[in-house]
Amino acid sequence: MAEVLLEALDLVKHYPVTRGLLQRTIGWVRAIDGVSFNIERGKTLSIVGESGAGKTTIAKQILLMESLTSGKIFFEGKDLYKFSNAELKKNYRPKVQSVQQNPWSSMNPRMRVRDIVGEPLFVNTKLLKKDVYKKVGELLDQVGILTDGMNRYPHEFSGGQRQRIAVARALALHPSLLVLDEPVSALDVSIRAQIMNLLKDLQAQYNLSYIVIAHNLATVRYMSHSVAIMYLGQLVEYGDTEEFFERPLHPYTRALISASQLTLPEDAEAGSKQIILTGEMPSPLNPPPGCRFHTRCSEAGDKCSKEIPEMRTVGKQQVKCHHYS
Amino acid sequence: MSNIVLQVEDLHTSFFTRMGEVKAVDGVSFFVREGETLGIVGESGCGKTVTGLSILRLLPEPGGQIVGGKIIMEGKNLLELSKKHMRAYRGKMISMILQDPMTSLNPVYPVGDQIGESVRLHQDLPENMVEAEVISALRLLRIPAPEIRMKEYPFQLSGGMRQRAVGAIAMSCRPHLLIADEPTTALDATIQAQYIALFEDIQAKTNVAIIFITHDFGVISRICDRVGVMYAGKIVETAPTRDIFKAPKHPYTSALIHSVPRLDRKDDRLYSIEGQPPSLLFLPAGCRFCPRCTVALDICKEQEPPEVKISENHSVSCWRVK
Repeated sequence: MAEVLLEALDLVKHYPVTRGLLQRTIGWVRAIDGVSFNIERGKTLSIVGESGAGKTTIAKQILLMESLTSGKIFFEGKDLYKFSNAELKKNYRPKVQSVQQNPWSSMNPRMRVRDIVGEPLFVNTKLLKKDVYKKVGELLDQVGILTDGMNRYPHEFSGGQRQRIAVARALALHPSLLVLDEPVSALDVSIRAQIMNLLKDLQAQYNLSYIVIAHNLATVRYMSHSVAIMYLGQLVEYGDTEEFFERPLHPYTRALISASQLTLPEDAEAGSKQIILTGEMPSPLNPPPGCRFHTRCSEAGDKCSKEIPEMRTVGKQQVKCHHYS
Repeated sequence: MSNIVLQVEDLHTSFFTRMGEVKAVDGVSFFVREGETLGIVGESGCGKTVTGLSILRLLPEPGGQIVGGKIIMEGKNLLELSKKHMRAYRGKMISMILQDPMTSLNPVYPVGDQIGESVRLHQDLPENMVEAEVISALRLLRIPAPEIRMKEYPFQLSGGMRQRAVGAIAMSCRPHLLIADEPTTALDATIQAQYIALFEDIQAKTNVAIIFITHDFGVISRICDRVGVMYAGKIVETAPTRDIFKAPKHPYTSALIHSVPRLDRKDDRLYSIEGQPPSLLFLPAGCRFCPRCTVALDICKEQEPPEVKISENHSVSCWRVK
């Protein structure tokens, strides 16, 4: 068992919905509602879900961009909410860095690459300018960008190259955890493979941990060691990647896998039918009672619309479904 | 064999910019039959969207120009039609679904009005029949409670419903050809599966020919009968979907398929194509894929490969294929 780097315990984040001049609160968007997981050192956890499931909210909580409604985050065994701001700046923020989805909006177009990649170093270290630029050159070299590119501006690079630059910036402070929010979904198919391979190489080299936020399962099996599937602010299934793809348990997971798979004509003839869900994900403003998935589940029974299922351990996986009680 | 609905022959579309001529589509030929779905797959900038826009003659002006070739529908070359004549084709004979439903719908009109617009324009119907036609278009796209939904504005609909409303506009005049340009890219996986199943159903009902433009092989595998793979303005391989996946002949096709991670097995290392597509302003001499190709020959650097037909439905442009 590897060392647990970050542990999230029962995270809850509700956003108020306000109306009128006095900003009266008329309801709460339950963006995440009781989510627990942990990340081991040197491993990758993928958080998968459709838009509105709360994936990005989780990323924001881990990056401490917002404060939680309730719940706890432990980093290297220490409670983050007991850290002072100075301690966070010294011991947490440099160690947890992020790469955003869209490399066209995650960089200041007026800054040169050397300053974009060097910025974390200027802010967090007392290095001299020339030492920072020397370090930037090394970082760019690691992600496969020619060192003379550091004097250029972001618009002079293609999407794949920009994403490499974003990775270089995230690595500048030797982090132990990277939060990758859809790191390849804005890129072309042939470029995606390059970036995924780069991320895997860097992980092996520096023993990095990754949290990958994804809506596409195809990248998940390749990238991750464990998977958490989210639906409407809650985890519905969580466990080891290989187990997960071999034996998906939750009905939603099965539908998601089925929807993401290649379906060749001979598969269709062999009778492997695609699972097609009816309806859409309900609003997190007013989630359905009982199991949150029951409105779209083909296997839902009476109990599902009344009782909230518990997270249960089945083999190496955890699943939130009445069918496994 | 069913009838050929659309035949594109040696289409050349260029953009004239200050930097020079950008040959976005450079000699593309294909056809679609009634009730068939042709997939056009490629990376961004390969010319797949420009091909779709060229068929409708909706290229951005000034700058975009069709410089050669023929687009034949019902025995007529669409490129020779007058502007007025062409308008009668758009929406009625050929319609298009774009990627992002939020930008292709007008936010200040109810969706029913927007569907009604194409009905009024192309069908000679008395005003009191238009509403019935709008409702039937919404029904065809399986939008629940069409009488209520038609009065709603785009912002009141979810992403999946919006894209269905766009589909209802496209299908409202029962076109012979539908060009779908990445219609599912902005949708979630399970909603995407719904949308694709819906279109298979609509195709079975109406026998419409579909050109499905996408970069996603998963989508291709589900809906397309035949696939054309585009690279830097050219179609490098055309084949039935099964052959594209089972026996791809062009090195680009096989590299592209291998670089997509699989769900049904564990990959240790993903195959990746090094480099990136060439700039359309400075195309390499010879085969366009040559600089990234791992099996390139000497001749690939000098001459463009001709299209070789290896079976009735399978053609490839590669010097390795004889």
